[in-house]
Amino acid sequence: MSDTTPLAAQGAGIGRSGRVALWARGMRRALVPVLTVVAVLVAFWYLACIPMNAGAAVQQAARADIAVSPESAAERRQMGGLALALRNPGVAVAGAFGQERARLPAPHQVAAELWSGVAGQSVTSNRSLVYHAWVTLSATLLGFVFGTGLGIALAVGIVHSRVMDMSVMPWAIVSQTVPIIAIAPMIIVVLYSVGIQGIVPKAIISAYLSFFPVVVGMVKGLRSPDAMQLDLLSTYGASARQVFFKLRLPASMPYLFASLKIGIAASLVGAIVGELPTGASAGLGARLLAGSYYGQTEQIWAALLAATVLAAACVGALGAVERVLLGRMGMRT
Amino acid sequence: MDPVISARGLNLTFRTNDGPVHALKDVDLDIGPGEFVSFIGPSGCGKTTFLRCVAGLETPTGGTLQVNGMSPDAARRARAYGYVFQAAGLYPWRTIGGNIRLPLEIMGFPEEEKRKRVRDTLALVDLEGFEKKYPWQLSGGMQQRASIARALSFDAGILLMDEPFGALDEIVRDRLNEELLSLWARTGKTMLFVTHSIPEAVYLSTRIVVMSPRPGRISDVIESPLPRERPLDIRDSRAFIEIAHRVREGLRAGMEAA
Repeated sequence: MSDTTPLAAQGAGIGRSGRVALWARGMRRALVPVLTVVAVLVAFWYLACIPMNAGAAVQQAARADIAVSPESAAERRQMGGLALALRNPGVAVAGAFGQERARLPAPHQVAAELWSGVAGQSVTSNRSLVYHAWVTLSATLLGFVFGTGLGIALAVGIVHSRVMDMSVMPWAIVSQTVPIIAIAPMIIVVLYSVGIQGIVPKAIISAYLSFFPVVVGMVKGLRSPDAMQLDLLSTYGASARQVFFKLRLPASMPYLFASLKIGIAASLVGAIVGELPTGASAGLGARLLAGSYYGQTEQIWAALLAATVLAAACVGALGAVERVLLGRMGMRT
Repeated sequence: MDPVISARGLNLTFRTNDGPVHALKDVDLDIGPGEFVSFIGPSGCGKTTFLRCVAGLETPTGGTLQVNGMSPDAARRARAYGYVFQAAGLYPWRTIGGNIRLPLEIMGFPEEEKRKRVRDTLALVDLEGFEKKYPWQLSGGMQQRASIARALSFDAGILLMDEPFGALDEIVRDRLNEELLSLWARTGKTMLFVTHSIPEAVYLSTRIVVMSPRPGRISDVIESPLPRERPLDIRDSRAFIEIAHRVREGLRAGMEAA
């Protein structure tokens, strides 16, 4: 018998460079549908700008003594954006995409705001989106570490102790039914009163949201080995500790990573929510709040997009770690 | 010679929601060192349960069972046996070598010894050169060979096999049967082999234990007159066909009595 992969095996006959080529082809294949969806969304967004901004556009036209219908301002105020746009199509389209403080800023306006926020400022300036994103990211990551640690610890307890299994899980579920927006200010106030402020309260809110998917996924993962696998170890006279480290823990890794990806997105939401009641000094949440105070819709949308990019980057980074780690473990993902 | 495995009046009743199930009833059996004993019978006849009792994975509710003169639990702690399950059950995150190393790690063999034993058992099952491969890179038959190597690695005197080739196709199964016989000849281990297949049982065994269900019990024990050296075409010989016939009769009688 020779040292070869059987021909029937998946990936047989594919070398490293072949795998890279396969990956590249897969990326190209994935890129086309993704870009198509983005194009459709942007087109829809531009379209939506017309009725959304019709009120302001018609108002401006009327002030500039351009004939609009209906003529009475009071009457116009009673009408919806769509009706106004339909009665003044030319004016509505002309004024839809360039308004300051538009009700719905056009994609290129948001892109310009995003670009100036990212590239147009020094990264330490509090007008820089990079600075705000970093503030939010640091709280997100700290909270994610807390939440993951807590989640794994609880899962280990639940799998090994019947008492914890019966007692912890219901509370973990109940904890997630409390609206975070209601509990976040309380956490911040309570911690402030015992002298804890800054990043830690935000991280705790993040942890509060992110521990749950980790508990659920990790319990499932630690319980994933079947009876035969457990019997096999017991024929070797393995201790509970050995069963955990040699079987349960490695078997749970794919489940853990699925949970971590949900957990880090939840963690980011937690950090942003945690920034809302703090007087809005820094962070993407603060940017959102300041934008809505001053009617800076472009700023709100830019902050939202920055948060999305941040979430995608976090999930992507976890995916990369997953591929490397599970790849090293010899598992196909 | 003292028997390696000795069961006297062995009983095992499972409590289920539908009332008690008599999985083993009054089983008496002695197995000597170096024997190859097959257990054959329809599902529910207790053949797997008997193997699990020997392994200490189930606790009998009556009678006595001794393995190497000890209780099954003590025998397990003394690493008296290796167990091969129906599915190979290799860890997907360990290489073939890593899988064979698993029992050695748990039993705390020294590093040098681990390496040597992995190498030796791989050679024993004819898987040299596959040490660094992952299970998914091997065919089903090769995976099952690796799982046999894993059970052999700590050199226990008894090999318990629970339908190890049940999930494989007949061509692969024939080859593995041949290899198993040669392995047995080289190592002289005591084999307990559970199977559904009459030809497999007759081809491999020095003794065939025919079991029947409800309650699970031994209905016949057949000594094989076949020589230890058995080429595959022995299955066309008159002696082979006669034993196979007797096994079939035993199975039928057991079903009718139930």
